Amino acid sequence: MKIVSNNESSLRKQATDTPAIEIAGVSKVYRTHDGEIPSVSAVDLSVSDGEFVVIVGPSGCGKTTLLKMISGLLVPSEGEVRVEGKAITKPHGNVGIVFQSAMLLPWRSVLKNVMMPVEVKKLPVSTFEARARALLKLTGLEGFENNYPWQLSGGMQQRVSICRALVHDPKIVLMDEPFGALDAMTREHMNVELMRIQRETKKTILLITHSIPEAVFLANRVVVMTPRPGKIAAVYDVPLPSVRTLDMMSSTAFMAMTQKLRHHFSDAGID
Amino acid sequence: MAARTPFAIRIAMSLQRGWVRPLLFLCLVITLWDVSIRLFNVPSYQIPTPTAVLFALYTDAGPLLTQAIPTTIAAVAGFILSAVFGILVAVLIAGSRSVESYVYPLLVFSQSIPKVAIAPLFVVWFGFGILPKILSAFLIGFFPVVVSAVQGFKSVEPEMLDLARAMEANKLQIFRMVRFPHAMPAIFAGLKVSVTLAVVGAVVGEFVGSNNGIGFLLQRSIGNFELPTMFAALVVLSLIGVALFWILDVLERMTIPWHASQRHQLIIPA
Repeated sequence: MKIVSNNESSLRKQATDTPAIEIAGVSKVYRTHDGEIPSVSAVDLSVSDGEFVVIVGPSGCGKTTLLKMISGLLVPSEGEVRVEGKAITKPHGNVGIVFQSAMLLPWRSVLKNVMMPVEVKKLPVSTFEARARALLKLTGLEGFENNYPWQLSGGMQQRVSICRALVHDPKIVLMDEPFGALDAMTREHMNVELMRIQRETKKTILLITHSIPEAVFLANRVVVMTPRPGKIAAVYDVPLPSVRTLDMMSSTAFMAMTQKLRHHFSDAGID
Repeated sequence: MAARTPFAIRIAMSLQRGWVRPLLFLCLVITLWDVSIRLFNVPSYQIPTPTAVLFALYTDAGPLLTQAIPTTIAAVAGFILSAVFGILVAVLIAGSRSVESYVYPLLVFSQSIPKVAIAPLFVVWFGFGILPKILSAFLIGFFPVVVSAVQGFKSVEPEMLDLARAMEANKLQIFRMVRFPHAMPAIFAGLKVSVTLAVVGAVVGEFVGSNNGIGFLLQRSIGNFELPTMFAALVVLSLIGVALFWILDVLERMTIPWHASQRHQLIIPA
């Protein structure tokens, strides 16, 4: 079993390349009428270029807050978030985001939905339209360019959402429980699709999920977070080959990894 | 379940046409109306018979049609003003919390002022022309447009806004690409309410100070106790309202074909 990232090679990589994402001593406190609500506390994380990192944690542990800080939608109360070495204080556009619900604009066709970031950023339409069509083809949606969101199934809508997150060629893709609203079979299929998309586009992906098997299946590294205020409890390298199939979900390495992750939650008293 | 004969299916399908069911219902109402008058011996000076009203519609068709024109013009002009200013004010209210806190309560307060009471003031200011009618129609029709448009602008999903902001969209882009199209169904709902109120407003304006229009005809026939003519005038007013509403409905179907409310499916009862 090939180990995807052992310490030696990743250390070498980090010495020569600027990490895609660096989270340094970041905390976030929400100020509300009822006082201060700490959301995330003293988080340090470094994600290399092209890595697939999955974050698991109980509800309310600040995973979404972390994602929002990486995209620039929220500013940390303490610490710094850096993307490609530059500190992030406001939305920087070098991200693609996929939420649990596809959030497509119902008055636009599939192609126009995918082209939305291109329009907003005023990028050359003809070049990026070709890219949009290629992405739709990559995700198996060729022929649906002129359909409307309500004509597509949930899984198809989510794939459009993924294309939209990739069309402007961002450095990072952030996904917040992207397959949570899908049925189990579609979810498994989408996991395989996502792996394929990541292999072909070589994007840095940060994904949040509640599903431990999904985390182990997709990730190069799994980050486990504690309940609120969220801290990083542990980071695991996933000892599976880089090309994975669903069959591997019954392998011993896979089972061992999922057990290790589950113990974190049962130990913390969360089922 | 018993199989339907082809005849029964044809009946069911013809019932699907938009005008058939209201027409059937109208026939039912007219029949009940006629029967009740005969049954309870209602005198003709209280409620005219359907035949008397239909006769009045026929004999007074000329004046009714000519008088319908100024009323319709006033209603449409007032409605267009309500639509334009209503949406503009809604953009301002939805765009800024301070504008909202200053303007919205005053707007609500102004709605409690009966327009019937203010309309004579317009006649004093602007004379007996068409302007008081237009203003009256505008004031009554304004509020529904504002309320529904504000609701439409503000009801965009927060995640959608997050997505747009993460793409570095500025406020104008977010408004043009997300908020405004999203608000269209709500705006159309407000416009439909507003257009029927605009007809009411035009008539109120005519009651108060005018010598033309259906409202004027209505007042005169009430004064002369010509009940069939009065009812005929009411029928014409309703028809104006229906026609304007239907025009908006067609516009809605053309503008927002994507909305769930517009996606009809032919329902053939199984």
